Amino acid sequence: MSASPKVAAKIGGEDTIHRGPPVEVVRYGPGKRINHWVTAISLILLLISGLAMFHPSLFFLTELFGGGQNTRWIHPWIGVVLFFSFFILFAQLWKLNIPNRDDVKWASQIGDVINGHEERLPELGKYNAGQKFIFWGMASLIIVLISTGIIAWEQYFGHLTSIPTQRIALLIHSLAAVAIILIFILHVYAAIWTRGTISAMTRGTVTGGWAWRHHRKWFKDMAGRGKIDPAE
Amino acid sequence: MMDSPRTAVSNPPVQPMETNLTAKDMIKRSASGDLPAPERQLTPVAKLIDVSKCIGCKACQSACIEWNDTNPEVGENIGVYTNPHDLSENMFTLMRFTEWVNPETDNLEWLIRKDGCMHCSDPGCLKACPSPGAIVQYSNGIVDFIHENCIGCGYCVKGCPFNIPRISKADHRAYKCTLCSDRVAMGQGPACAKACPTQAIVFGTKEDMKKHAEERIADLKSRGYANAGLYDPPGVGGTHVMYVLHHNDKPHIYADLPDNPSISAVVQTWKGATKYAGLAVMGLAAAGTILHGLFGKANRVSKHEEQEAQEAVEEAVDHADKRAEDA
Repeated sequence: MSASPKVAAKIGGEDTIHRGPPVEVVRYGPGKRINHWVTAISLILLLISGLAMFHPSLFFLTELFGGGQNTRWIHPWIGVVLFFSFFILFAQLWKLNIPNRDDVKWASQIGDVINGHEERLPELGKYNAGQKFIFWGMASLIIVLISTGIIAWEQYFGHLTSIPTQRIALLIHSLAAVAIILIFILHVYAAIWTRGTISAMTRGTVTGGWAWRHHRKWFKDMAGRGKIDPAE
Repeated sequence: MMDSPRTAVSNPPVQPMETNLTAKDMIKRSASGDLPAPERQLTPVAKLIDVSKCIGCKACQSACIEWNDTNPEVGENIGVYTNPHDLSENMFTLMRFTEWVNPETDNLEWLIRKDGCMHCSDPGCLKACPSPGAIVQYSNGIVDFIHENCIGCGYCVKGCPFNIPRISKADHRAYKCTLCSDRVAMGQGPACAKACPTQAIVFGTKEDMKKHAEERIADLKSRGYANAGLYDPPGVGGTHVMYVLHHNDKPHIYADLPDNPSISAVVQTWKGATKYAGLAVMGLAAAGTILHGLFGKANRVSKHEEQEAQEAVEEAVDHADKRAEDA
């Protein structure tokens, strides 16, 4: 009988399994992907324009924005775009990123993660501790960066705070920027190193084996709840 | 030929002269690393402002507006003589009036201080500036903003220990007193010094100005100002605009002139350790991941795992189908 299991989510929607073969899993719907890429592009532009104003050896990067004056005015506005775009994403993802007991075990066995011994690790839900660290790291640093950035935004807010306050804001802003760039590098590298991850943010899907290997609890949960589309 | 003018009083030299503030005379340039030592050393110049001789006429402000061709907005009288209310991109110098009751004599003293760029030997603005060549320092001590290189970020405002630079809302560039670098380059003293009717503002070599200050201080001391002294703060390496203050033990009474100015430790950390260590850490992280990416072992999903996933899905479907049939 080809009657499908009761489909809880809409077919082809997020967190559903395509029966295949080959088995594919929908990890992100189009909304989240668009959101992610708006955030990503903003972050990259902020990183380039920010670094240009951070270290003289990178000042030449201002040419990408049409010179120093353009870089100076556009940087904070891109920051505003990123802030809103990220926090729409945040609202959608924060619940799944609350740390649990498995994350402690995962983090304590980080050596096994790096050496590819995932069989020694607990089965994981949609996010592992590394992804959660990136999520909360980004979220908190973005708050720090937008607030210190507004304080340092000479054109509109320069007169609102005292100069000593603005000095501290700029110091914190640059330290937070270094930290978020490190997290960004970790995020990009983890996505590349863990083969098969990037398609989650391009086409929205990952292979069944990817979900089985890295997020088995998430996979089993979908399968168990019958979030499987009908065979064709 | 003299390399720096010795006074602001005399008229300019009549014989043609070459400008002496060229790129070759720069000793510091913002965001550009160390410059090669200049071929010639210009005689350091200074402006000396004797607050005890100032009558508050604001001729210096008018001369400054005139020479620099700025156009400060017509303001509003709020019952004080300070006019305009603050320095601006169109007002590079400002007489700040303070009514101070001397606790020792119970006399009301009307303190007038001509505020403006101090032309620090260790300029905080230049240190903070991220744009190559937007702020330069010449070997005669003048700190100048090169507006075409300015990006309008306002970092100089944060770097300055004296709260001097202002960012124009019109062209988004930073402005401040230039010590009339364009006049000094051609053998003339600053416009404000030239205009001052009481010679409360004088200009010349820094050495001469210090000598002149000594005479003034001796005079003030002989007339009861025991704490008279020269304000040439060492925290910023000395300045090329100096004050003779009758109460040099408490500069802050002169409209918050800093007692011991220096570049803020926060700015030093931001433009020092953070800048270098930050870049190094980011560079290492990027290089490390690229190396690991090239030579390390990637985390791949095995065929076996794809198979297991396939089986798990089939099992789940069978299970569901069976339940559906049972129902």
